[in-house]
Amino acid sequence: MVLEDGRTFHGTSFGYEKAVTGEVVFNTAMMGYPESLTDPSYSGQILVMTFPLVGNYGVPSAQEEANGLSSYYESDHIHVRALVVSDYSEEYSHWNANRSLADWLKEEQIVGIEGIDTRELTKVLREHGSMVGKIVFDNGEDIPFENPNLVNQVAIVSTREVEHYGNGQKHVCLVDMGVKQNIIRELLKYDTHITVVPWDYDFNQLTDIDGLFISNGPGDPNLCLKTVEHVREFMKTGKPIYGICMGNQVLSLAAGAIVTKLKYGHRGHNQPVRLMQDGKPTEKCFITSQNHGYAVDNATIPEDWEPLFINMNDGSNEGIRHKTKPWFSAQFHPEACSGPTDTEFIFGQFFSLL
Amino acid sequence: MSQDIKKVLLLGSGALKIGEAGEFDYSGSQALKALKEEGITSILINPNIATVQTSEGVADRVYFLPVTPYFVEKVIEKERPDGILLSFGGQTALNCGVKLYESGVLEKYDVKVLGTPVQAIIDTEDRELFVEKLDEIGVSTIKSHACNTLEEARQAASDLGYPVIIRAAYALGGLGSGFCDDEEQLNAIGTKALSFSPQILVEKSLKGWKEVEYEVVRDRFDNCITVCNMENFDPLGIHTGESIVVAPSQTLSNRDYHKLRELSIKIIRHIGIVGECNVQYAYDPQSEDYRVIEVNARLSRSSALASKATGYPLAFVAAKLGLGYGLFDLQNSVTKTTSAFFEPALDYVVCKIPRWDLGKFQGVDRELGSSMKSVGEVMAIGRTFEEAIQKGLRMIGQGMHGFVGNKELKVDDIDKALREPTDKRVFVISKAMKAGYDVEQIHQLTKIDRWFLQKLMGIVRTDEQLAAYNSINDVPATLLREAKRKGFSDFQVARSVIGDGEASLAVRQRRKELGILPVIKQIDTLAGEFPAQTNYLYLTYSGVASDITLDKGSVIVLGSGAYRIGSSVEFDWCSVNALQTARREGYQSVMINYNPETVSTDYDMCDRLYFDELTFERVMDIIDLEQPHGVILSVGGQIPNNLAIRLDEQQVPILGTQAQYIDNAEDRQKFSSMCDRIGVVQPAWKELTNMDDVNEFIAQVGFPVLVRPSYVLSGAAMNVCSNQDELVRFLRMAANVSKKHPVVISRFIEGAKEIEMDAVADKGEIVAYAISEHVEYAGVHSGDATIQFPPQKLYVETMRRIKKVAKKIAQELQISGPFNIQFMARDNDIMVIECNLRASRSFPFVSKVLKINLIELASKIMLQAPYERPTKTEFDLDYVGIKASQFSFSRLQKADPVLGVDMSSTGEVGCLGDDTNCAILKSMLSVGLRVPEHSVLISSGDAKQKASLLPACRQLMDKGYQLYATGGTYRFLIENGIRCTQVYWPSEEGQPQALDMIRQKEIDMVVNIPKNLTTRELSNGYKIRRAAIDFNVPLITNTRLASAFIQAFTQMSLDDLAIKAWDEYGD
Repeated sequence: MVLEDGRTFHGTSFGYEKAVTGEVVFNTAMMGYPESLTDPSYSGQILVMTFPLVGNYGVPSAQEEANGLSSYYESDHIHVRALVVSDYSEEYSHWNANRSLADWLKEEQIVGIEGIDTRELTKVLREHGSMVGKIVFDNGEDIPFENPNLVNQVAIVSTREVEHYGNGQKHVCLVDMGVKQNIIRELLKYDTHITVVPWDYDFNQLTDIDGLFISNGPGDPNLCLKTVEHVREFMKTGKPIYGICMGNQVLSLAAGAIVTKLKYGHRGHNQPVRLMQDGKPTEKCFITSQNHGYAVDNATIPEDWEPLFINMNDGSNEGIRHKTKPWFSAQFHPEACSGPTDTEFIFGQFFSLL
Repeated sequence: MSQDIKKVLLLGSGALKIGEAGEFDYSGSQALKALKEEGITSILINPNIATVQTSEGVADRVYFLPVTPYFVEKVIEKERPDGILLSFGGQTALNCGVKLYESGVLEKYDVKVLGTPVQAIIDTEDRELFVEKLDEIGVSTIKSHACNTLEEARQAASDLGYPVIIRAAYALGGLGSGFCDDEEQLNAIGTKALSFSPQILVEKSLKGWKEVEYEVVRDRFDNCITVCNMENFDPLGIHTGESIVVAPSQTLSNRDYHKLRELSIKIIRHIGIVGECNVQYAYDPQSEDYRVIEVNARLSRSSALASKATGYPLAFVAAKLGLGYGLFDLQNSVTKTTSAFFEPALDYVVCKIPRWDLGKFQGVDRELGSSMKSVGEVMAIGRTFEEAIQKGLRMIGQGMHGFVGNKELKVDDIDKALREPTDKRVFVISKAMKAGYDVEQIHQLTKIDRWFLQKLMGIVRTDEQLAAYNSINDVPATLLREAKRKGFSDFQVARSVIGDGEASLAVRQRRKELGILPVIKQIDTLAGEFPAQTNYLYLTYSGVASDITLDKGSVIVLGSGAYRIGSSVEFDWCSVNALQTARREGYQSVMINYNPETVSTDYDMCDRLYFDELTFERVMDIIDLEQPHGVILSVGGQIPNNLAIRLDEQQVPILGTQAQYIDNAEDRQKFSSMCDRIGVVQPAWKELTNMDDVNEFIAQVGFPVLVRPSYVLSGAAMNVCSNQDELVRFLRMAANVSKKHPVVISRFIEGAKEIEMDAVADKGEIVAYAISEHVEYAGVHSGDATIQFPPQKLYVETMRRIKKVAKKIAQELQISGPFNIQFMARDNDIMVIECNLRASRSFPFVSKVLKINLIELASKIMLQAPYERPTKTEFDLDYVGIKASQFSFSRLQKADPVLGVDMSSTGEVGCLGDDTNCAILKSMLSVGLRVPEHSVLISSGDAKQKASLLPACRQLMDKGYQLYATGGTYRFLIENGIRCTQVYWPSEEGQPQALDMIRQKEIDMVVNIPKNLTTRELSNGYKIRRAAIDFNVPLITNTRLASAFIQAFTQMSLDDLAIKAWDEYGD
């Protein structure tokens, strides 16, 4: 594995073997690799797990529910370009697993390497900031570095077609910026039916929707200005809007704030956020699951908006809210999968506004 | 934080006992630190004088008193605290607190319970309330269905779903219980069980389910976090204190993990904990079904482990939350920049392994089950599971080198040994794997998750690969690196490759040539996400770079390892004091230790903490990296002491007494010839090489004899044997302990006083000393004896002679630092039994009674720093300290609760009094004895012992006690004018039967003096002693101690005991 600053790490392959390049990011979660690997927000990235032991419980089957959603994954395939771990567990043990992580990676032609000092690698990324890197094999092909953030990753992972789920009362339009399926599952727990639309789809033409939901997604939100335009247009209806992760960033851009890249992002299951009220921190705090490299600049949030959540570690923005209208968002993942479920109630809050 | 709290009382946990050990010194110390930070005056009640929390400067005031409602109320009455903390002193403190709440004492004195409300504690402690409470929120618990007929049982079983377990109600010892897979089995077992008991309990069988725990924190604003989860390697059925435990969980998926996490938070909210609690689950390995086993609404052994496993200071945070803080107010104490409201992300795996000492107990049941028997534990950190568990298996310190490479274990029936777990189970797994069992077979027999077994099998495979080579230089670098990543020690590699572990230095040499070296990693709570100035470190072979760079010139203190019988919290106190002294003298202080129950492994205590092995290999690794100014070996007990020679051979600078002198003291032959040379008398002794020589020697000196190998390991290697039978049994055991060093037999003098001298010397000159005497005569292991300091019944001449001898020895061995000499004295003749050139168990006790910190003094001397020679001596004290031993026999089913041959106490207390009676009474009450109300049963051994107990019996009679005595004693007492009633031995006909009276609680105290020290069969005496333990009746088995206790409580009442704090004595 070679980083763009020239540093190299030597490991052993346990996945598919081909040269790959991408943005190298680290995640501090201690479990949840099937969910993370299928999270579209990782599109274009080489994922480093800081927890050394990976693969212990194998991989659950690709089984689907009646509504077409995957039972155990967050999308229908792996989105990371490569997985980097310290100690891959060749054998696995779990009642719900039907194959090993290695078999799955090979099947999906995804690179996996082990034997890497992932703590050292993480420290490098922390000090230097996220870097582009590549994985090349002994006697294999070499490739140039490629920065995935220059490409609109959302366009790659978003659905091509409009899809429908559920048959409840309230109609939610879900903009697929690279949606994790658990967002759909969570919304369907309420009395809703959902129309999932592509990232660049003009949902303003759908007149019967009760609320707009903007999903998570990969890469740079500044490349999704089309969505931003559509959201801005939708605001005129005054109907509820909710955004998660990329959705928070798109909503913020639509509100007029600026979104910039974080040095190395937040990726893990232990990110503390604090609920804000009138610009002041409240006594309510939540542990959240996160996966993002960009963040809203708190200082640029316009007058009629306010921060809704703040990251307790570094003070970065974790969500915004309009002071009067039913528009709000979270930078973290209330749908979890993987990660803690403490903020699941947010879906209920959204539904109650519809 | 609430402003009206200015003074807080904290209850400690008392003496270390099985199930309640050093972890509460750690949690109490953390809570006291939190109080100090807030400027709150802290009052501590804890009779455990060897702890760090009862040291100067930790609490503002310390009472060495029993943690019982009576004494706590007295202290409350005197001190009038605003608040009380109940959850930092284990079950002892919690039970006491609940009683004080229920009796209205807390209300009467307006003492606010800080943290979790008492009602919430009661809700978790009372089984019925607990089930009800969790039913309210739809959380599943383990429920028993009480059935009176077979029909009811069949119904209950079909409601619960098979398999079920059946238990006979009101029956002890599992009589009539069994597992039923179907109705046919239920009919059979149910019928049998109903014949034992009118009622049977039917429960769902959770055999083979996983056992998982979560440590959960909640503040008064309802913010919750789970700090850590832990998974038991051993499935349900084995007490979590008896299980190997890993953190974080390794076989749970995201869904599993978060399902249980979510439940934990739901539970803590519903119960209303403010602070910390622990939730234990049974989890189905075949689905997402679960049951809550229990909730501990207090800091626990698991929370101490979780704190050490994650770096998150649970007790400290819980104390702050109790004072009213929100989690968001507090900082992550490792990073110092991020919030305490977060959940640690680990980038390593932790493995906890229990340490048992079952070999020390006669007759004890070795099978592991639902009650705890282990006396200590270790925690190992690695970046592979294999590395962590192999480190851990070495750390438990019972001669094992890891999962493989050990001396062959003898197992008659592997299947049975796998199915019915004992303290040796993990090594049985190793043996089974080598014998060709596959993972599936072992899984079926043990129900241990296949993942753990697969990893262990990997270790066996690597061992086989190594064994394919015949020379260390032939082993390929990749394989060697792989082995090291999997936690193989150099010894294991050497044993595997060339069959000789002693060649480990050659492996070390080869590794260095190949650049296969461990790296230092930090424990930073956030998996490297944020920079952390943490000094909490471990070594691993899974890494290419160390996290830190080191300055030379540190002082390394080697800790004491796992708590075990003979070595526990007292050496932690010594280690902490050595660290603090090194720090004050301007050195970077470095600790190496791996015991999660200690304060020395709190990363606040030193400049760098290596939570790692105390093996020669690992200590050398750290020394290579640290390039220290020097190493202190003399404060951590025998483990560091044993490294002296090998470290010296590697030119490691040893601070204090030099290795050659340590060897001169440890090696019996050398020590003895030295004694002869300088005219110091020892009991006649001889070195053993074969049985003929032994018999010849014993024919000269006669039984009893003292037997020991030349390197003494607690009591396991030093024993008094009274006859041939016992001698043979012990020699077999001792030879197992140490093959390299010969066994020594010496004459043992009965009825002699035993005297200890703890002292500090500088270049051979004694600077300070403390002489203390045993209450019991020689023959009771010094670790079990009751010790009086300053001595009250020694001749001045004896003391003078002791000082003279000690002076000679110190001079001859050029002692610089702490040392201890044990003497026997009869009249004024004194003899040296042994000499240790290190701190002894009694250092904290004598230091605290004398109010001179002997370890601080010794450390200054070892560091060659200036020091003041103490002017005060024990002759100036106008009060008395008594150190008494705590036994845990009630936990050790079937063990004979008798003192003598081996050390068997698990802990100790030390209490102060204006006179001996006062101190004896306080200390005996502190170790769980009660003043009898009406009746005492006496069976008093041989004629001599009967005679010596006579005055005490008279005192009892005069005080109006009803005395019961068995045959011989009865006759003796009557002949001597003592009124008493005869009771009968179990082997005798006649009424009343002694056992019945004990069972029916008609006896308040049992004094049973064994006739001699022979190996006992299931004799009369054993049955009476065991019944006393099983029915919770105070038992004393030593004449001298019984006399002292009886004298104390017949001459004074509880009300006569002065409630005085430590600082109120002397000065």
